[in-house]
Amino acid sequence: MDVLKETWAGKINEVTIGATEKDGGTRTSQITVGGETTLPFLFKEGAMPHAPVIAMEVLDIEPVDWPETLKKPFGDALRDPVKWAVKCVEEFKARLICVKLAGTHPDFGNKSAEDSAKLIKDILKAVKTPLIILGSGDETKDNIVLAKASEVSKGERCLLGDATEKNYKTLTASCLADGHNIIAESPIDINIAKQANILISEMGFPMERIVINTTIGALGYGMEYAYSIMERARIAALLGDKTLSGPFVCFVGQEAWRAKEAKATSTEHPEWGDETSRGIIWETDTAVSVLMAGADILIMRHPKAVEGVQVYIDDLMKNKGD
Amino acid sequence: MLVIGELINGMYKAVGTAIEARDKGAIQKIARDEIAAGANMLDVNTGPYAKDPKDVMKWLVESIQEVCDAPLALDSTKADVIEEGLKIVKKKAMINSTNADNAKLDVLVPMAKKYNASLIGLTMAKTGIPRDRHERMEHAANIVTKCQEVGFNTSDLYLDPIVLPVNVAQSQGIEILESIREFKLLCDPSPKTVVGLSNASQSTKQRPLINRTYLIMAIACGLSAAIMDPLDQDLMHAAVTAELILNKTIYCDSFLDAHKK
Repeated sequence: MDVLKETWAGKINEVTIGATEKDGGTRTSQITVGGETTLPFLFKEGAMPHAPVIAMEVLDIEPVDWPETLKKPFGDALRDPVKWAVKCVEEFKARLICVKLAGTHPDFGNKSAEDSAKLIKDILKAVKTPLIILGSGDETKDNIVLAKASEVSKGERCLLGDATEKNYKTLTASCLADGHNIIAESPIDINIAKQANILISEMGFPMERIVINTTIGALGYGMEYAYSIMERARIAALLGDKTLSGPFVCFVGQEAWRAKEAKATSTEHPEWGDETSRGIIWETDTAVSVLMAGADILIMRHPKAVEGVQVYIDDLMKNKGD
Repeated sequence: MLVIGELINGMYKAVGTAIEARDKGAIQKIARDEIAAGANMLDVNTGPYAKDPKDVMKWLVESIQEVCDAPLALDSTKADVIEEGLKIVKKKAMINSTNADNAKLDVLVPMAKKYNASLIGLTMAKTGIPRDRHERMEHAANIVTKCQEVGFNTSDLYLDPIVLPVNVAQSQGIEILESIREFKLLCDPSPKTVVGLSNASQSTKQRPLINRTYLIMAIACGLSAAIMDPLDQDLMHAAVTAELILNKTIYCDSFLDAHKK
């Protein structure tokens, strides 16, 4: 019997994060994602030239809402973002670091743009992996903080985010001027995802440097809906829609560890089982699901979840057979 | 839907003059304008009066390919003129066209296969213009059978139901639209469908409106491609919107701009 194979006309854009000395940066490695001409891991139907990549998240302030299970592997480093980043790279073998400038939020630390800029410079010195740099989510403050962060990391070809349909101009201009890639965010809404990409590209920013954050929900918190949005966008892209052809970034750690099922202690919910593995399973399950929907970059937290998902990715990529 | 720009045709006076004077710039401008307006493919027709149509075809294809890399639909009633273009195209071309006569099919279907081109099959024959959907289906079946015999992939076949002017053949409208639906059931993989749109409004007083309405109705019947004027912006916008309503593209506020990305 012949196996029916789907072939597609479109291709997901390839985005490279990190600039080595050769490209005018100071990174010692680069990460390229995207390039798919098939739905995820269907190597018999098309190409998936780059394995999905995991970025480990580093915050500029000590996390306030992380449960003990999640804090434990990082120890003291949680109070020192540079040390934290180094630990992720050296101990947990992270190939990509995602620095979230959460502490610049007016309600959570209100750190200055200058402090953040200095931190970015220090991290760029301390680790040589490519960087993802995120704001706090406060639009007004992000426009100041990220502009500065972009400037001090000029030429390193980072991935900066997030630009939204309502607030994209400042960040787009910065990324354009300083040679970075950009994350376009939309609230689990495919129409807004498309619109955000168009708005950014109409400022002269190449569509080929946009990474799409469709926003996800963790297992139990709208994951199926998020999955369906990613899947629909990916199918449209493979059918040739250039405005949705960016690779996906998924904030797996942030969403999974927001779930009470991941956070609650065994004393609070003895029926849910051991808390030391429960959160890790939650994060792993969420990651695996979004991988199936086409995720290219996973932003994750717990080293054990990172390790498990990496094994899973490596296993699936073995079928690539080239 | 595949938009095949119809403007590079020696039948149009300005194009005919440009061909005669071998004015490359004039042809290249039309090509660029059509692409900028959203055409996915360009029809190339030497026109009926070219003295040496083979030479003209070669010159047209070369001139166009210097400035744009869109695929071309090589449009001629003469197989050797089409082949002249096929020899030098850089992208997968389209042959425009064969009809359902065996004499033509025997030449053009193997030619399409040889050059890996797609092929327009007009559902008419020497016997004349088809009178209804049944005659169209009969011709279509003949074309499909020939493709299958030769091993030409039917998903590269574009069946043309022959659009007739609404002011002389009003009863044909529904026959044509129904044919677009029915052609697809002929074989697996389904053949595609194409119309020469502007013919619908020939010699009428409301050409753009008739073209636009015709196209939307044909798209609703599942039309895959149209040879049309891409510079008619209302027409292009109507086509984009029709595909949006059919859920073939994803909505966003700038959907008209998105189409051109």
